Amino acid sequence: MSSQPNPPLWLLAELTYRCPLHCVYCSNPVDYTAYGEELSTEDWVRVLREARALGATQLGFSGGEPLVRDDLETLAAEARRLGYYSNLITSGVGLNERRIAALKEAGLDHIQVSFQDSTREMNDFLSSTRTFELKRRVAKMVKQHGYPMVLNVVLHRLNIDHVGQILDMAAELEADYVELANTQYYGFAYANRELLLPSREQLERAEELTRRFRERVGDRMKIYFVVPDYHANRPKACMNGWGAVFLCVTADGLALPCHEARMLPGLEFPNVRSRHLAWIWRDSPAFNRYRGDQWMREPCRSCPEKGKDYGGCRCQAYLLTGEAENADPVCDKSPHRSLVDEAILQAGTTKAGKEKETKPVLLYRDDKTSRELSRKRKDTPVV
Amino acid sequence: MSGDPVFELARHYRFQWEPAQEAYVLLYPEGMVKLGASAGEILKRIDGAAPVSAIVAELERAFPGADLRDDVTEFLAHAREKGWIRVKPA
Repeated sequence: MSSQPNPPLWLLAELTYRCPLHCVYCSNPVDYTAYGEELSTEDWVRVLREARALGATQLGFSGGEPLVRDDLETLAAEARRLGYYSNLITSGVGLNERRIAALKEAGLDHIQVSFQDSTREMNDFLSSTRTFELKRRVAKMVKQHGYPMVLNVVLHRLNIDHVGQILDMAAELEADYVELANTQYYGFAYANRELLLPSREQLERAEELTRRFRERVGDRMKIYFVVPDYHANRPKACMNGWGAVFLCVTADGLALPCHEARMLPGLEFPNVRSRHLAWIWRDSPAFNRYRGDQWMREPCRSCPEKGKDYGGCRCQAYLLTGEAENADPVCDKSPHRSLVDEAILQAGTTKAGKEKETKPVLLYRDDKTSRELSRKRKDTPVV
Repeated sequence: MSGDPVFELARHYRFQWEPAQEAYVLLYPEGMVKLGASAGEILKRIDGAAPVSAIVAELERAFPGADLRDDVTEFLAHAREKGWIRVKPA
């Protein structure tokens, strides 16, 4: 790229890969146990300063579960001092009266609480924890302390039929925003894709329910419905383009243009321990690799929509076709679209399994599974 | 809206100058609005104390020679519709 890139607007700080939950759709890399030591408080303070100097305004504290870090209050205070609008993205586990008050005092701006479902049974099954009641208590605490609350539910085949009840729960808990985020198939979600991908009928019912709910509640609660790209015929404008607005720093210090990018082969992502973020954002080969459209192949290169979706997601292209430079196979102009259709078809016929058959088993996100998957590399391309 | 209301920023919104954007912005959960120059100048003066008439007068002092009342009223209606500002409860 000859011209200077625009500044990043978002910094996602994945403070840790440690998490008390074991969600089957977790987007963390399946081999997260293979990565090195977490950044120190001093490292993170430096990262916050460098990203802010570049222009980042929105800051997400994420993970894993960011509350596992006992320096979260220190980082929130630094974020406020620097002028970020900061967001805690949490499962709720670890949030108590003392910490929520300290975070408010530090200047944390808002909190996103995840639920796995509107029922205790499914919430606890999907996360392999008993956390449903705790999450409800946390959601009430978030509101009592005057934070705006985003309630996030990742949708898939096992809970998408509960969308109506999920929205009712969000209204009851007085969420200001609801994120109905259809599963994106990376990390553990990709490993469990066969059992998580919803059918088109399920999706259409959920969209219709959401539409009717919107009409009923109006502006009181803002609902974001993140569509599942497998069921679309054009890819998502992933991250609004590679290295365009989004910057992620992982627990072990890698700077990434999206939180999944570390899976891509042949790219050397810089570590914030040894490189300044200004160099990383503007000059590093990794952040320039898929900027603009010079890297594109056909059908993207000559596509009139390339400025709209940027060829979709590089990680999805790699995961499904084996090459990140290919068009995102979700696009029906992609010669690889059949891979997506086959996945949908296969998921549609995969049931919990009859006895004696080899049935697919849901993989939970835990250290043991991660170590096994690191050996098998189940998130590498299937082709 | 009647008379000479006092506006304040809506809850959860923050207004600030962004050097990297060379613009005033509004920050809120999951998003940011980059404001044009005149929108920025108006919102900068929304402090939950000054009534609209005082804001118009101050802007006309800062940018002499312009009749700004209509522009300000129009923008405030837009900002209110967007949920960025609200009438301060008496």
